[in-house]
Amino acid sequence: MARIRLDKVSKRFGVHTAVSDLSIDVADGEFFVLLGPTGAGKTTTLRMIAGLEKPSAGSIYIDDENVDAWGPAERDVALVLQQYSLYPRLSVRENLAFPLRSNVRKMSQPDIDKRIDYASKTLRITHLLDRKTDRLSGGEMQRVSIGRAIVREPKVFLMDEPLSALDAKLREALRSELKDLQMRLGATFIFVTHDQVEAMTMGDRIAVLNKGRIVQVGTPRDVYTNPRDTFVASFVGSPAINLLPGSLAGDVASVAQAFEMPITRSAAVEGPVTFGIRPEDVEVTAGAPNEARIHDVENHGIEKIVTLRVGENLMRAAVPARVEVKVEEAVRFSWNPDKVMLFDAKTGLNLRGQAA
Amino acid sequence: MAVVSTRSGRLGNRIAIAVVIVVTLIFLSPIYWITTTAFKPLVQATSVPPSVLFEPQITPFVKLFTKRAQLTAPVAPEVYEAAPWWERLVLDGGERLARDGKGDVVFSAYPDRFINSLIIAITSTILAVSMGTITAYGFSRFRVKGEADLLFFILSTRMLPPIVVAIPMFLMYRAVGLNDTHVGLIILYTAFNVSFAVWLMKGFMDEIPKEYEEAALVDGYTRMQAFFKIVLPEAATGIAATAVFCFITAWNEYAFALILTNRRAQTAPPFIPSQIGTGLQDWTVIAAGTVLFLIPVAIFTFLLRNHLLRGMSFGAIRK
Repeated sequence: MARIRLDKVSKRFGVHTAVSDLSIDVADGEFFVLLGPTGAGKTTTLRMIAGLEKPSAGSIYIDDENVDAWGPAERDVALVLQQYSLYPRLSVRENLAFPLRSNVRKMSQPDIDKRIDYASKTLRITHLLDRKTDRLSGGEMQRVSIGRAIVREPKVFLMDEPLSALDAKLREALRSELKDLQMRLGATFIFVTHDQVEAMTMGDRIAVLNKGRIVQVGTPRDVYTNPRDTFVASFVGSPAINLLPGSLAGDVASVAQAFEMPITRSAAVEGPVTFGIRPEDVEVTAGAPNEARIHDVENHGIEKIVTLRVGENLMRAAVPARVEVKVEEAVRFSWNPDKVMLFDAKTGLNLRGQAA
Repeated sequence: MAVVSTRSGRLGNRIAIAVVIVVTLIFLSPIYWITTTAFKPLVQATSVPPSVLFEPQITPFVKLFTKRAQLTAPVAPEVYEAAPWWERLVLDGGERLARDGKGDVVFSAYPDRFINSLIIAITSTILAVSMGTITAYGFSRFRVKGEADLLFFILSTRMLPPIVVAIPMFLMYRAVGLNDTHVGLIILYTAFNVSFAVWLMKGFMDEIPKEYEEAALVDGYTRMQAFFKIVLPEAATGIAATAVFCFITAWNEYAFALILTNRRAQTAPPFIPSQIGTGLQDWTVIAAGTVLFLIPVAIFTFLLRNHLLRGMSFGAIRK
């Protein structure tokens, strides 16, 4: 197991900069998530750690050893991909044995059998061992490819959207399985995903990337409650945060020239700002100070997401499932003044030190 | 609705099958023609209108493998009686077999030329396909500076018809002593086919997900091992299709072989027409030579037919 450190790493492809000036420090045994939209540079970062791409600038350290000159084989990292991750024409057992037969390991057959036995029991794929890989379902394939990583007992597991190609139910099941596995192995995981739910549920820490740069690194709770800017705020959380233009005078927020609400102040800010309020912090109750109309209702079973129309603006609120609302009905709402986030109207940066 | 669409579907199928049969018959007719000609008596081979019914004979094949001379006088009956059956066939046609000093039958050059063809076509195919495969892998997997220009340059070697460069090639080959050598033709056919092999194989290589090799690299294998263990088996279909194309090209090549070889390294294509006969035009011998010449290509293609079916649909290997 190992600690992974990236020091001011950049990667350019011709004129296009995929990753710029990226520094992260992943602790031993940590489940570290690289989260970002398509093209944010997550996969490129992962491939540089694996040694499949050479950084244009900066250095990578595994256990405090500079590995810039090392090839992928020497780094002792395991890689699990979204698809095409299994060797075709080989059976599941041969796939699992493949990394153990390489020149850098050259394990004896009894040792190989022992490792395969352990990995296949861990992942409950013992019954699949003699199948050809083209006769596996998507979920089984991903289990086997995780198994191929486990048998190696690598320094670090690198996972590039391993669950993205699976259907929702299976993704959910494998999500908790993976997290469970990581804790049992005590291994360092670096996990790339564009799915913020995966990041929130599995990660010990999350690095949010955008356009090749790190925007924020923190625990899931940190990133959720105290996003560094409007990008992180809107990328993390589902349903998405409400971002509304307005201005601040004293303790009173006037939002989108439609309504005024108090907020709890923690920074000396005046003038135009962007307000951020998560749907669960918007309350729809009879006695509330502001009026809105119901624009849309989404029933999620466990709760309802209602979209409120206030003047020209739309605003989502999470309400308990038992609340009966109809489209175009007039309702009253308020927000939790402690939870309102303030962002700079121009740069989008979070203006509060801490949003409680 | 369902019934109607099924019926029209069936009708469509039948039309398709009918079209395939007609097209196949058209394509097979020259082969039928040359094969029947090879077994016809000479008179019937050139008769107009062509004769469909005839008594098959193998005289043309005997003639193909021997050297003959015109009979100047009728052969003595006791000599005719003593001759083996295949020699009688030749005597019946008004020719006698040439014999060497010891009285043994002199074989024609056809077997040698045929073997030349095999050596040159097989060697150049192996070389062109292996070079093409490696080159295509490089182009497919690595960022190559000026990739498009290089690929165009490689293909441009195929843009002139062989006959245009045959004379300059002849002069150069004569200067370096490659005229009428196996090596000379092998080099030429390899160079000629490698461009084609690169382009074909690049298409197949691009279809193989590079994730496979990258997984192997991370799993502790070298680039070379990953290529042999993972890429080559996946590319087998493409390699087979490319090999068939290259083999057919080298096997059928006429212009270079005609100009650059005359004896030792001559291949079958320029040799066969030279056997048109002494005194009269013996098309049956030509036909016999051609029929035998078709066999290796047919066998080769037949052996690789499973790969070809998938390989010809260029790229649709999986998914």
